[in-house]
Amino acid sequence: MEIYVLLGFVLLLSIFLGLELISKVPSTLHTPLMSGANAISGIALVGALMLSSEDQTQTILAFGAILFASINVFGGYLVTNRMLSMFKKK
Amino acid sequence: MFLEAIWLPIECLACLRRSNFMDSITNVSAIQNIVYIASSILFIFGIKMLGKEATAVRGNYLSAIAMFLAVGITCLNLGIDIKIIISGILLGGFIGSLIAIKVKMTAIPEMVALFNGFGGLATFLIAWSQFNSPNNSFFQHVLIMLTVYIGGITFAGSLVAYGKLSEILKLGKGSWITNILISFFYLSFPALLYVICEPFISQFIPQFSSYFFIFLGLTLIAGLGFVMPIGGGDMPVVISLLNSFSGIAAAFAGLLLLNNVLIVAGSLVGASGLILTIIMAKAMNRTIGNILFVGYASTSSSSSFSEEQGEVKPISADDAYLILENASSVLVVPGYGMAVAQAQHVVREMGELLEANGTEVKYGIHPVAGRMPGHMNVLLAEANVSYDLLAEPDDVNPSMDSIDVAMVIGANDVVNPSATEEEGSPIYGMPIIETHKAKTVFVLKRSMSSGFAGVQNPLFFKENTRMLFGDAKESISQIVSEFKD
Repeated sequence: MEIYVLLGFVLLLSIFLGLELISKVPSTLHTPLMSGANAISGIALVGALMLSSEDQTQTILAFGAILFASINVFGGYLVTNRMLSMFKKK
Repeated sequence: MFLEAIWLPIECLACLRRSNFMDSITNVSAIQNIVYIASSILFIFGIKMLGKEATAVRGNYLSAIAMFLAVGITCLNLGIDIKIIISGILLGGFIGSLIAIKVKMTAIPEMVALFNGFGGLATFLIAWSQFNSPNNSFFQHVLIMLTVYIGGITFAGSLVAYGKLSEILKLGKGSWITNILISFFYLSFPALLYVICEPFISQFIPQFSSYFFIFLGLTLIAGLGFVMPIGGGDMPVVISLLNSFSGIAAAFAGLLLLNNVLIVAGSLVGASGLILTIIMAKAMNRTIGNILFVGYASTSSSSSFSEEQGEVKPISADDAYLILENASSVLVVPGYGMAVAQAQHVVREMGELLEANGTEVKYGIHPVAGRMPGHMNVLLAEANVSYDLLAEPDDVNPSMDSIDVAMVIGANDVVNPSATEEEGSPIYGMPIIETHKAKTVFVLKRSMSSGFAGVQNPLFFKENTRMLFGDAKESISQIVSEFKD
């Protein structure tokens, strides 16, 4: 139980940190920020890698999780990068 | 004071010892944890740098490196066959990259929604798989249900958002299918409560073993019902909220799997999505609850505001050109109509010709113009408009009187003066771009239909307003060719 309290603490601090970090983003960057954050949410890939596969169902589920998280990660970063490379100041 | 100073280091030492103990129960080696911390720090800096124009590209690289580190170090300690992992990552990477490279810039909103949905689906599957593990504690059971729920809502909701943004899905508020789906959404709250309490209930009533699968299905249907009634100008809010959900789902999955980096990265995404949601809601002067559960339809029924308020004064592209040629300052206010007409390239061309003619050109961009946060900025960036020309309402409103021509291209509600003038209007109080204060206003529009909010726009009937009817792209192309002659 103790570890959940500790991790819950990490969770809360990270949320506050996130709110502080992004409170004043210019609206020009709203879309890239959203898309970039979206790519980060593909961190679920790490979670998917940690799964164990004791039976076939779990193996299929883990494969699905890895597959979709990878789409999110690769697609998210590439699209964000493509978008950001268009933002230019003349 | 003194005692405290001694006590603190002792406590820290105790923490260190405890962390050894934690390693053994979380099954993550010390090196892995250190790399996770490094990767969390990179994520934090990455997302911070994403918030500034000059550093955004590097920020994205930094967060990609963080992802690579976190994934790489996790591979040291695997519970699944490496072949499955490699084939999953390669296949996913291939599909994701293909979509990302092929997608047209105008299709970005639906692409972001789709990727977001896949992230949600991944957490949904993680929690499902974890449910099948033996010996889950009650706390783990609760976390599994919450992760399934948020992940499932994110996935199904994002699919609906994808369908709506790409205009495959035309169902909206009021359709009977939507109403049924909404009832499922409300039904999902007691269902969530039930599955969380299930370990207690099953002690008294014989176990109902397939309840989890019913819950999985219900969650997905509820996700459809959550987003189905929302549409049009409210899409930016939903997209940012779903983005936030996918982060929160990842953070819960992190709690479930006792993984730091999942918690930190997930929370950062959750927080950034939340901020965007709040910014969008503020830009419409509505609460998030009103946008999600009420919508405009029920508030905009009063007829007195939808009456015709006089005659509109149409103008031809030739006349518009003559006025523009003599203007010394022009403010372009784009909206969703510009995206639909794909007019961003001709708009940029017109802007450059105007500048060459000695006219000062600015773009006034409302935070909720378009179908996702910053939609107009991306479109104009794609068309090569320098981002320092893009201004927010607060920057352009104070000097609006001195603007010769304000060109409203496919925007409606975000320039509706009722928001500042008519107290009973459904959009009263919404911050707008006050184009009606400019010396002349051109409104480029297909027809006289009202905007998403269903509110009549008095701007069209003002003395200084000229309506340029027709397809925005064609109208502007005409102006551009006049300039070239």
